[in-house]
Amino acid sequence: MKNIRLLLVDDEINFVKTLVKRMEKRGLFPDQAASGEECLAILEKKPMDVVVLDVKMPGMDGIEVLPHIKEKYPKTEVLFLTGHASPQDGVDGIKAGGFDYLTKPIEFEQLITKINQAYDKIRLMEEKEKEAEFRAGMEQQMIAAERLASLGTLAGTDTPKGGF
Amino acid sequence: MNKNKRLKNPYYQSLIRKMALIVIIVSFTPLVMASCLILDYFHSSYHEKVYAHLGELVQKHQQNIDGFLTERLSNIRFLANSYDFEELSDESFLQNKLTVLQQDYGTVFEDLGVVNEKGLQVAYAGPFKLEKAEYSKADWFKKAMNSRYFISDVFMGLRGQPHFIVSVKSKWQGEWWILRATINFLEFNSLVENLRIGKTGFAFILNREKEFQTKLLIGSISDKKHYMDHFFEAAKVGNKGIHIVEKKDEFGNMKIYVGAFLKNNEWLLVCQQNTTDAFFDLNRVRKIGAVIFLLGGLGIISTAYLMSRRMVNRIATADKEKEMMNQQVIETGKLATIGELAAGIAHEINNPVAIMVEEAGWIEDLLEEEEFKEGENLNEFKRALKQIHTQGGRCKEITFKLLSFARKTDSRAEDVQVNDLIEEVVALSAQRARYGKVLINENLEKDLPFINISQSEMQQVFLNLINNACDAMEKKGGTIEIKTQLAGDYVEVEIADNGPGIAKANLARIFDPFFTTKPVGKGTGLGLSICYGIINKIGGKIDVRSVLDVGTTFRILLPLKKEKAQHTL
Repeated sequence: MKNIRLLLVDDEINFVKTLVKRMEKRGLFPDQAASGEECLAILEKKPMDVVVLDVKMPGMDGIEVLPHIKEKYPKTEVLFLTGHASPQDGVDGIKAGGFDYLTKPIEFEQLITKINQAYDKIRLMEEKEKEAEFRAGMEQQMIAAERLASLGTLAGTDTPKGGF
Repeated sequence: MNKNKRLKNPYYQSLIRKMALIVIIVSFTPLVMASCLILDYFHSSYHEKVYAHLGELVQKHQQNIDGFLTERLSNIRFLANSYDFEELSDESFLQNKLTVLQQDYGTVFEDLGVVNEKGLQVAYAGPFKLEKAEYSKADWFKKAMNSRYFISDVFMGLRGQPHFIVSVKSKWQGEWWILRATINFLEFNSLVENLRIGKTGFAFILNREKEFQTKLLIGSISDKKHYMDHFFEAAKVGNKGIHIVEKKDEFGNMKIYVGAFLKNNEWLLVCQQNTTDAFFDLNRVRKIGAVIFLLGGLGIISTAYLMSRRMVNRIATADKEKEMMNQQVIETGKLATIGELAAGIAHEINNPVAIMVEEAGWIEDLLEEEEFKEGENLNEFKRALKQIHTQGGRCKEITFKLLSFARKTDSRAEDVQVNDLIEEVVALSAQRARYGKVLINENLEKDLPFINISQSEMQQVFLNLINNACDAMEKKGGTIEIKTQLAGDYVEVEIADNGPGIAKANLARIFDPFFTTKPVGKGTGLGLSICYGIINKIGGKIDVRSVLDVGTTFRILLPLKKEKAQHTL
């Protein structure tokens, strides 16, 4: 299993606990929070790759928490869970910048898949970033090499002349 | 009847009574007042008229009789003054004078006589043989000797026939003598007899001794003294005009007596008439009036009663409708609340279900461990957990559908595939139908064109119709046939059940708001009327066919979008 930094946020503690147990069995070791506030507090200390966020919670609800996460940790992907059977909450979540949404009761495997997809997305982004960095570096090197080459050319043409 | 039962309610009874009473009082008061006033005026004016008429009549006759008497007297006086005792004592001369008088005045003068101071009739001319008659003891003679002119009361006298005497006293050679004439009683009587009024009115003359001075109609006079006293008393007071008295006679009949004095208050002319006769017209008018009043009164009372009854009946109906409506509004509110509650529960149920499913998943995970692999019932465990998982999914599906229906209240029209809508609704009511042993068959034409309608509203219509069909077949179960097809410019949806059908009387009212045949608390009576409203709004049609014990078919025609319709054609 990939080493995903995962945070589960839901006011239904029993639900989270069971999820954690099942995930641990699959080699995922998620952190847990029982409210939006707690979620943000945890994020302060430990940045996460994926946050699974319940939409309806007492206090700050999922939709409210999302902008805070996106603001401070733009790389973190948020996956919404909704007990509400209406797609509206989920759609709102995605519009606000969530990765996707799932309705409770969830298919566990589907959740895992989604988490992986989110993580993959992050990885992809990271890779892209790295690639871009690499490319930028390469470009820099290319420019430098070019310069040297042109300098070399210059020197090369001079040398035969000078040879004469 | 239901209507009457409703009206038996004491509240409505008292309402009817009150209304009827008010109407009766209001209409009777002016009627009675006006009637009394008119009657009173009419009564008094008619009395006045009758009195005046009678008075005038009597007065005329009084003058007539008085005139007659004075005329006769002056005839005799003329004779007495013109000729002296000697001349008149000659019987042939006297006979001659009588003839002359009789020629002039007819048979009024019966005879003539000359009486000397001693009461001996010196000369006589007339039909009776009264020569040398002795009058010295006669009442009239004594009175005649006391005054110059005299008119006697009626008496029988020597001849044995009623008559009266007119006499004039004169002096001749120091001795008094009297010229007397007998006035024919019948002639005189005719003066009074002529005075006949109506059927019962007649006249007579009384003297001071209350003796009749005229002939009477047989049996038509009663105890005269009693009444006459009044007139004489009135005369004493000095009232010399006409006196009118109304009194009962011994038979209990009211009579009017009109009296006038004659002959220097010696005679009394009395004219009497039964009041019933005198006031015959008045009484007739009164009777007619009373009949009209009675009939009118009856009319008013019955109208008042019937009208207030009818009005109260209306009020009662309105009250009942209002009550029903109130109840239905409450019912609707209650159902809406229940619906909301159900939606709320559907929300919350997902969380515990999610936990259950996850716990089951966790057990499933644990079963993967080595120690359980050998377990005897491993497969059973797995099957049970799978079942929990599946049922959890079903819970989710149910709540999802329920909520999606509850939430969809927007009436924005979209392009919708009717078949999809129907399938959704059928899925929603499938559970209920199964419990009610109702089978739902779909027979949907494929590739129907899209229709521009509000999805949620349309769903409501279908759900309503399916629910109604399920309700109708609750007892026995049955089949609901849902059919869609293209029919001209419309998409036709038929929802048919084979339930008990709708009674003909109710069929016309099923789309009326608040009309329901379901027991109180079950239906609001709004379902079909809302359906009707929705279908009507989009320009569609909804109608119903029903046969008792065979089933009911609702047919909905949904118009195609104009331009789209052309596309598909």
